[in-house]
Amino acid sequence: MIIASQKSLEEIREMIKGHQRILILGCGTCVAICLAGGEKEVAVLASSLRMAEKISGTEKQFAEHTVERQCEWEFIEEIADRVKEADAVLSLGCGVGVQTLAQRFPDTIVLPGVNTLFMGMPLEEGVWGELCSACGDCILAETGGICPITRCAKGLRNGPCGGYRDGMCEVDPNRECAWVQIYNRLEKVGQLEKLSALQPLKDYSKMAHPRRIEVKIT
Amino acid sequence: MSENRFEPEIIAFCCHYCAYAAADLAGIMRLQYPANIKVIKLPCSGTIDILHILKAFEQGTDGVLVAGCLEGGCHFIEGNIRAKRRVERAKNILDEVGLGKERLEMFFMSSADGTRFAEVAKEMSDRIRELGPSPIKARGV
Repeated sequence: MIIASQKSLEEIREMIKGHQRILILGCGTCVAICLAGGEKEVAVLASSLRMAEKISGTEKQFAEHTVERQCEWEFIEEIADRVKEADAVLSLGCGVGVQTLAQRFPDTIVLPGVNTLFMGMPLEEGVWGELCSACGDCILAETGGICPITRCAKGLRNGPCGGYRDGMCEVDPNRECAWVQIYNRLEKVGQLEKLSALQPLKDYSKMAHPRRIEVKIT
Repeated sequence: MSENRFEPEIIAFCCHYCAYAAADLAGIMRLQYPANIKVIKLPCSGTIDILHILKAFEQGTDGVLVAGCLEGGCHFIEGNIRAKRRVERAKNILDEVGLGKERLEMFFMSSADGTRFAEVAKEMSDRIRELGPSPIKARGV
C-alpha cells in the first residue's frame, strides 16, 4: 500500500492562509492504515486547526469528510456538493488522491495535507517499511522475493557490495543488507545457483514518467 | 474569595476502577477539593480517545486530567499505559496548537487513594489557575 505522513500543523496552516471554508477530506484506504489521513486523523486535524485558528483570532470553518478512496471517480463523486461549499479542499489522501480531486474539481483549490512517501507494508506496530519502487521490470523471481532495487541502499543488481558488515548495510548499520537477506532466502529455498548468473544492467527507461497502461477490457 | 478570581473549569476523565472510586472515597472522607473539577467516568482509562481530550479543549475547558490505575495495576492489564501514550500525543498536539501541554496531565492512583485524588484535584486546579483561562474560551466558544 501507499505510505504517507501528515504534514506539520504549521505547514498546513500556512497553506490554508487566505481560505475561509475548508473541507478536510480523508481517504479510507492506504493512508488510513498508516495513520496519516483516515477518518480519525481528519477529526484530530480538524479539531487542532479549529483551536489553533481560534487562538490566532482567524476564524475559519472546517468541514470533515472521509471517502472510501480518493483515487477513483466513483468514490469522489459523492462529495461534489460538499466541495462546492468549500473555498479549498485539504486532502489527506496520497498524491494520487490530491490529483484526482484536482482533475475532477477543476475550479476548486486542492491542497495536500500529507507527504506521500513510498509503497510498503507495516513491519510492526507503528512502523512501515518500503518494499517496492515500481520499477516496471520485476526481478523478484531471481532474488528470492526480496527487492534489491528498493531494499539495497545502492539499488545493486549484482550484490552484495563489499561494504556490508555482519549482515548489516554500510550505509545504515541498523539496516540488514538486502543482498545478505537474498542469499539466506535463496539458500533456504535451494536456489543459490541463481546468484551465479550475472544479471544485466537494469533498464531504467521503464521507470520514465509519467507511465500509463492500457488493458483491453473483455 | 475575590469576585475577579479566575476559577478554572477542569474535566477529569476517571477510570471506574480507581480514580472514580478514589473521588468517591475523598467524598466519604469529607476531604475538601476544588469544586471546579468535573468528573467523567470511563470504564477504563484506556478507553480515553485523543478526540475526547481535544474536543474538551475545543469547547473551552481550561484543563483536562486523565486518571488511571497505578502502573501494573490496570483491571484490563494495560489500559492505563495506552492512556498514558494517548495523553503524551495529545500534549504534543496542544503544544503545536498553542494551548500548551501543561493544561493536560495524566495521574495514576488506586481506589484507596482518596487523599491523593483530593491532592491531584488541588494541584491541577492551582496549576490551571496560574496559567489563566484557556485562550479559546477567552475568544468565545
